[in-house]
Order: sequence, then C-alpha cells, then structure tokens
Amino acid sequence: MTRTKRRTGRRHPFVFFGLLLLGLILTGGAYAAVSDDARARASVDANSQHTIDEGKKLFQANCATCHGLQAQGSGTAPSLIGVGAASVDFQVGTGRMPMAANGPQAPEKPPQFTDEQIAELAAYVASLAPGPVIPDASLTSGGGDAAKGAELFRINCAMCHNVAGAGGALTEGKYAPSLESTSGTHIYEAMVTGPQNMPVFNDLTISPESKRDIITYLKYTQENSSPGGYALASLGPVAEGLFIWIFGLGVIIAVTVWITAKSN
Amino acid sequence: MSTATTESATSTTSAAVGTTDTQKRSFTASAALYLNERTSLAGFIKELGRKAFPDHWSFLLGEVALFSFMVVLITGTFLTFFFQASMAPTHYSGPYVPLKGVEMSVAMSSTLNISFEVRGGLFVRQMHHWAALLFVAAIGLHMLRVFFTGAFRKPRELNWTVGFTLFILAMAEGFTGYSLPDDLLSGNGLRIIDGLIKGIPLVGTWISFLLFGGEFPGTAIVGRLYTLHILLLPALVVALIAIHLVFVVVHKHTQYAGPGKSPGNAVGPPILPIYAAKAGGFFFIVFGVLALIASLFTINPIWNYGPYDPSPVSAGTQPDWYIGFADGALRLIPPGWEFQWLDRTWSFNIIVPLVALGIFIILAMIYPFLEAWITGDKREHHIADRPRNAPTRTAIGAAGVTFYAGLWAAASSDILATHFSLTMEGVIHTLQAITVLGPFAAYFITKRVCLALQKKDREIALHGFESGRIVALPGGEFIEVHKQLDEYERWRLISFESYTPLMVRPDVRGRISTRQRIRGVLSRWFFEDRIAPVTKAELESAKHDHH
Repeated sequence: MTRTKRRTGRRHPFVFFGLLLLGLILTGGAYAAVSDDARARASVDANSQHTIDEGKKLFQANCATCHGLQAQGSGTAPSLIGVGAASVDFQVGTGRMPMAANGPQAPEKPPQFTDEQIAELAAYVASLAPGPVIPDASLTSGGGDAAKGAELFRINCAMCHNVAGAGGALTEGKYAPSLESTSGTHIYEAMVTGPQNMPVFNDLTISPESKRDIITYLKYTQENSSPGGYALASLGPVAEGLFIWIFGLGVIIAVTVWITAKSN
Repeated sequence: MSTATTESATSTTSAAVGTTDTQKRSFTASAALYLNERTSLAGFIKELGRKAFPDHWSFLLGEVALFSFMVVLITGTFLTFFFQASMAPTHYSGPYVPLKGVEMSVAMSSTLNISFEVRGGLFVRQMHHWAALLFVAAIGLHMLRVFFTGAFRKPRELNWTVGFTLFILAMAEGFTGYSLPDDLLSGNGLRIIDGLIKGIPLVGTWISFLLFGGEFPGTAIVGRLYTLHILLLPALVVALIAIHLVFVVVHKHTQYAGPGKSPGNAVGPPILPIYAAKAGGFFFIVFGVLALIASLFTINPIWNYGPYDPSPVSAGTQPDWYIGFADGALRLIPPGWEFQWLDRTWSFNIIVPLVALGIFIILAMIYPFLEAWITGDKREHHIADRPRNAPTRTAIGAAGVTFYAGLWAAASSDILATHFSLTMEGVIHTLQAITVLGPFAAYFITKRVCLALQKKDREIALHGFESGRIVALPGGEFIEVHKQLDEYERWRLISFESYTPLMVRPDVRGRISTRQRIRGVLSRWFFEDRIAPVTKAELESAKHDHH
C-alpha cells in the first residue's frame, strides 16, 4: 500500500540530482561548443558601440602611454590604426602586450586581461580602421591535411621556428618562440599580422586552407608525443650530444669506478 | 686482492696436456685437450690469461669505446636488413600521418619503415645512434686520459697514432651514418660538407662533382656513403682495433706509481679469470645502459625533419657532437674574408678554418714524437705520469682542450643564445675570443696550477701535514707536531721523473746545428720552470728535523 502511494505521490529522491546533472551537462556542453576560439565573442558583441567604448576606456588606461591616446603611435611604439582585431587578440592574448620592459623582443607571459576585456580592446582597435580579423574557428581548430601542412611548415617556418616548432635564435637577442603550446587562433593571427620580427604571410602567400593545414600539423605535434621516447626538447643533435656526455658517459664512468673499486 | 705479474704462470689447460689417457676426464678437459692437440692454443692462453691488467677506472675508458663499437656493429647489422640505400623517388605510404603521400627518397622511406613498421626497428635505430655517440665520446675521453698521463711515450707512440686514426675513422663512420637517412638534417649536413669541399682552391669543385656524381645533391651520394659506412670504414676500424689491442698486449698496460709497481712489471688482476669476468660483465652493463637510453630517449627524429629538399634549413641544424668542432670553426670565421683579384673571387672563409683544423689534428697526432724529440728521452716508460708532474705537457693539453671546446661550443651558438637569453652576436664574439685567446690563458693557468700542486706535494712529502696539535716542551718552547705520511703515500708523491733543459753542445765537428738550437729552445720552454722531485738526502734531512 504505502509503496504504491509513494510511487504515485512523489518523485524518486534522486530525480532532483539527475535533473541537476542533466542541466549541468547541457549548459556545460553548450558552453564548450561555443567556447575555445569563439569564447571571447560569445559574451561580447564586437560590433556594438558599448563594446567599442569599453575597449576605448581600457585602451586609454593601459595602452595609450606608448601607443598614444588615439592609437596613433609615438616614438616608442607603433601606430595601431589598421592593425586589426587579430593583432590585438594575438599580442594581448599571449601576454606579449602590455610589454613589461623594453627589450629586443616582447616575451610571452600570462595574459593581463580577461578574454572579455581582450575582445573589447580588439573591437576598439578594429573600429579605428579595417585590418585583419580574428579568424573563424573552422580555420584554426585543425582538420586539414597534416602532411601538406608539415611540408609548408618546413619550407616557410622551420628556418626560424625549428622543424619541430621548438623555436630558434634570431639576430641581436631576438628569437623565434617555441610553438609547442601555442593555440591555433594565435598561430593563425601571427601568420596574418606578422608580430614583432615575424614576416606577414597574407592570404596570397599562404591561402587560408594552407594555414589551416599548417595548424593541423602543429596540433599533431602538440598532441602526439615523440614515438621515440622523451624528445629532449626537440632541439636536435646539441641536446643529444649533451645528454650522452653527461648522462650516458656519466653513468658509464660511475660504473667503471665501481668495477675497479678495491674491496675493503 | 689477487695480483699476478706477467711472468708467473699456471693454467688448467696446460695441466690437462700432461695427463694420461687412462684417467677419466671431464668433458671440459677433454674438449680443451682436443682443441689444444690441434691448435696449440694452450701456450697462447697461458701467456694471455696470465697477463696482468692494472686496476684504475680510467683504464676502462678504452673498453667503453670498444664495447659501444660492438653494440654499433650488432645494431648496425640489424639495420642493414631493412635499409635501402637508394635515392630513387617514392611516395611515403606508411602509418606516420604528417608524412603521408609526401615525395621522398627510398632511403628516407625505408628509414621511416624501420622506425614505424619493423618490429623493434625504432629501438634498434636509436640504440645504434646513441651507441655511436657514446663510442666517439668514450674515444675522446680515453685519448685525454692517455695524453694527460703521458701513456703515449716510448714504446707506445705508434699506438697513439693508431688510436688517433681510429678517432678520425670513428668520426667518418658517424658522419656517413648521419647522412644515410636522406632526411632534411642529413641533407643540410651534406650541403655543408659540399660547401667545405668546394672551398678548397682549384680542385674543390672537381672533388665535389666526383663525390656526388655531378651537381649536389645528385642521386648517387647515399649509395656511396652506404658502401663506406658498412663496408670500408668498419673493416678499417676493426683492423685498427685489432692492431691497437695487439699493441696493448705487446707493450703491457701502463700503471700509476705505487709500492711494488716498477717499470719492469704490471701489477693487477690477471686477465683470466678475474679481469675477463669483469670486462665481460662490463660489456653487458654498457649494452644495458645503451638499451635503456635508446628505449627512453628519442634520437634523430627523422619524422620531424622530413625528406631532404635543398630549400629549407631548420633552426637548430647541427651535426652530431663529434663533428661540432668543424661546424663551430665555420661559424666563428668573421664575415668578409674574400676579395676580388685577377677577375676571380679569392675566398678564405672556408680554407682558413679547414687549414687550422688540419694543423690542430696533425699536431695532436704527432705529439708523442714531438715530445720525444724535445726531451731526447730514449727510455721506455710504463709508469703513468700524474698530470701535475709534467706541467708543460698538461698545460699544452689544457690549451688544446680549450681550443676544441671553443669550436665545439660555437656549433651550438644559436641554442646558447636562445636558452641563456643572450644575443647571437655576443655568443659568437665571446667564443671567438675564447677560441683564440683562451688556449693561452688555459696554458699559463694550468702550468702555474701544476707547479703549485707539485710544490704542495713536495712540502707534504718532506714535512707532512700540519696536525694542529701544539705541544709545550719542558723548556717552554711550543712546537706544532706535523703528521708524517706513511711510506706508501709518500712513494706516490715522490716517484716521478723530472727533466732538466737540454744543454746545447757543439757536435763532433765543433758546430751547433740549427736543429740543435731549436731543440734547445723547445727544451727550455718545456723544462725551465720545474719542481725537482724530492731526493733521498732531502727526505733524510727532513726526517731529522721533525719527529
């Protein structure tokens, strides 16, 4: 009697938790679907005047000292008129801007702004003049031809960034950074805007599809560890030589000392 | 500790020869007898098995080289079963996604096949490469040990030359192997060699065309290097190793000075059974260490480099470590060493480093003969020097090591710049200074340090250590008691030879030849600053001073 009454009169006590879980999965799933590269734009409408105004405020508080109140540039920093949203998203999103100190090159560091603030800044700079836009997620999340991308990477990028994207030296203290943890969007933006010492690879030099192939290859190297074991930072023969002299020969010499030690 | 001099002898094999057939023999004894009756091995084993091998860790470095070469041979044989030394074009169709469908040579594609499809192939390939690196590194360290202990002196000068030739052959083996996979890295390496060859005046271009069978890269080089790598060079290496080891047996091993050790004997465990067991076990340790490294650490990831194409050059393109000094020499040459004359370009960018390295290698190779001529010493030397007791030689060695290290570091100038946040130009200029001026600084510092250490040894041998114990004598005098060394320790400090500079004397015709004058100058350079070994008289009088 009581059992049937319960069944009809009340929901099962775990239904609440089940529904809660379902709701969380749906919200989280939906969030994940639009997040990643589209995350910043999901919450901010880049074209609204409100966003641009917010961006302008941020710009004047944090960037204008060097880049000028109208982003017109100064003796110490370039004009940002026409650099586009992609430039801002790359420079501020990788923490390179605002620069901590003058040096041969602005190093990558933890970003100083939230994704929303970066989107507002990008919207403001983009509103000054047309420039490269933030690429669509379809071009930056892989899915292209890794083999073609690898070939393009070796021909166009490896002389500075190393075949495995481990980075390399340039002149006068400048360097090509490692690409081992760079996101697809930032790689694409770097190619179209040519930050710091990097040349611009516009759509005529390397088509958007080819850029996607390059990103596909880099994502492959980021996601797959070396088939041969620990990669020694992918630096090539220098790291290998250092390793065999210090660890290989080191262990062997320890053994020779042990073999010839006199017993007490 | 079991010791044996080379003269003492008994062996089970020779005992077995004398027994009569009526006795029941063990299988081993029968087999030994059977073999001996047909080969007369007993005498050989008796002689070799009782050879003494002095015990010191640094005497095993040559063995490390030998053992890693054996690993190279074993793994290399496996690789030849699958490698195809052909530059014919093909399209990769194996499992490695970022190379699928890419055009490459058969050599590259078969190396990828070894890496990804042959069972255990990648492991063996990595072991081959790691063992090759260890092989040359062990040779280098072994050579330093022989140099700094003066173990190249009579009667071992020829063996130094044989060993040095082995070092050069090992580098050649390494470089030809590095070039075989026909990936981007090896192609870039070959391009530098091609440039080096073309930098030789007059004949350079001809030699390059001869080597590559036409314009670089051509379609012949991998096949040719393969023949050198697996046939000619290994045969030479094996032959020279055999000569090297026969010399070691003939000369006996050197040993450090110590009680009971004289130039006429060799003190240490006999080869059979102790030393052979140790060496046999050591082979498996070297094998095991290499296997462990090969299974845990990537080496030469050709899948990253992709097939050779003359246009791309990757950042961080370097040769394997043992060719680094040559790459470094090229990097250190300042720009603009060429001019126009007689309607031709005269370039010194390549020929100067080539000649400098050639001179360096030749000097190192003939050093034993130079030193023997300067000292005029015709005696045999079987006691290894402590480096401090030959200050000039040690200082020359330190200068040579500094020169080599400067060139070697220069080969990694780009990596030094990125990893220590330096400028490329700063690194190059610093290394230029180190390579040119460093050897002089190293020479003077090392020589002074050696002389200072000799002085300290002399002081300790004569007066012992300060014990810190102050004793008041009945008369009110205070003395500090010095702790004397025991006889064994003192022997180590005082038993070394010292040369005095040669006196230049007129010959029978009353003339002093230029040769003699040069020799006199060199001898003065070698031995002018010297600390004489403690004499017996000094020791005696020192004993009377302190109690």
